[in-house]
Amino acid sequence: MSRLYIARNTRVAARKLDGEMMIMSGKDSTLFTLNKTATIIWQAADGATPLDEIVERQICPKFEVEPAAALQDAETLARELAAQSILDLSEDPILSANSQPASPPAGEMR
Amino acid sequence: MSVLMQELNAKALALSVPMSVQLDLTYRCNERCVHCYLDHDDHGEMTTAEIKHLLDEMAEAGVFILTLSGGEIFLRKDFFEILEHARQLTFCIKLKTNAIMIREPEAARIRDLGVESIQISIYSHRPEVHDAITLVPGSLKRSLDAIRFLKSQGLKVIIANVLMVQNMQDYEGVRALADELGVASTLDPTVTPMMDGDRSTLNLGVDNTALQGLFRNQSLVGDVEEFCAVPPRPDEDALQSLPCSAGHTACYVSPYGDFYPCVQFPLTCGNVRQQRFLDIWRNSEQLKEVRSIRVKDLTGCSQCTHVTNCTRCPGLAYMEGNMRGPSTQDCEKSFARTGIPSVNLRSKKPSVKNLIQIRMQPASAAVSA
Repeated sequence: MSRLYIARNTRVAARKLDGEMMIMSGKDSTLFTLNKTATIIWQAADGATPLDEIVERQICPKFEVEPAAALQDAETLARELAAQSILDLSEDPILSANSQPASPPAGEMR
Repeated sequence: MSVLMQELNAKALALSVPMSVQLDLTYRCNERCVHCYLDHDDHGEMTTAEIKHLLDEMAEAGVFILTLSGGEIFLRKDFFEILEHARQLTFCIKLKTNAIMIREPEAARIRDLGVESIQISIYSHRPEVHDAITLVPGSLKRSLDAIRFLKSQGLKVIIANVLMVQNMQDYEGVRALADELGVASTLDPTVTPMMDGDRSTLNLGVDNTALQGLFRNQSLVGDVEEFCAVPPRPDEDALQSLPCSAGHTACYVSPYGDFYPCVQFPLTCGNVRQQRFLDIWRNSEQLKEVRSIRVKDLTGCSQCTHVTNCTRCPGLAYMEGNMRGPSTQDCEKSFARTGIPSVNLRSKKPSVKNLIQIRMQPASAAVSA
């Protein structure tokens, strides 16, 4: 089975507010918010780490969820975000993807 | 503003997060607009390194929307270096510019860097009027060429028009021009005092009759009856509400690092060259005072008929001498809208041009009479 790689689209604007990501589409200025789980996936979308690995390492240990079900949900999310041009998807690593940080340093006040 | 953005702003307010910042990169300009409130000399702008450091601090503080303005931003030779750094920090970037230095390569670069929108000042569709305001011959043509370059890159452009005595007849022409170019446009009849307090620029503002015409133009305001209606009496929630987002979820930083609640509110709260951005945001006594003000605390305004829908600007009120007081320009707008003078306007002594008169009749005339 092929693996899915995800990378944050470099044309979006993003900032974390109270643990949830605000994202503005670079295509048409549509505003999105991601809940805390989706935000974890967004932040891990570096183009190099496959989605199943992100789910296994960052979602499953934190939530009571079956790995297969979590991966299915994550894939659905990734495809929805890709349809909005705020995430890039590929079956190969996306090498040029993220010189851009997820939302440096995630807008969390120190 | 979208419902989602309102919700995010409400959350930012509750968490005391500065959602939006305007950063002026320079006060230097290649136009000399007759109504401009700035001193265009360079009194020691922040360096590239200082600005990049500030941007890092703003991202850390949670700033999402960053407006880069001036002066003319493209006069900074490091403009694209700053913009690139800001985009790496994933800000939502809005630019304000006269655009006369934007040609095809600059437009392409702006597009590549994922700028959200570009606001460009256009005062008339007629070169003789626009150029007489900017005092730069050929400026309208160059700005319009730039809009076309930006549009050809698929970028969102907004024409901003300030209504003054000089261009009062031309706002319909500017709107038609915006339609022809396929861009949005805004119209603002507010001329602001100079930042040093000089109020002579206010003489350029349009009079009450012109404002009345503007506010009864359906194509501008929509439902005229609703727009010009006398607002309901304020309830307790309205009196407890905040007068403005300045200092609550928004702020301003000057090219010299001075930190104000808003570009129109020149109350110095600190300087980012001496203090961390977030320390000023959190600890400035001036900001705490601004944040303490509720509508019920406003002198005169809290008792005014217009209090629930007045466009009162706390910064303009501050420049009039009292951040808790009225901003007379907004009183005049409320009056033009509804025909009812505000508490502030009613309290002002009537203006009498010839209060003391000396009449003289030559002796010879008196004799003959």
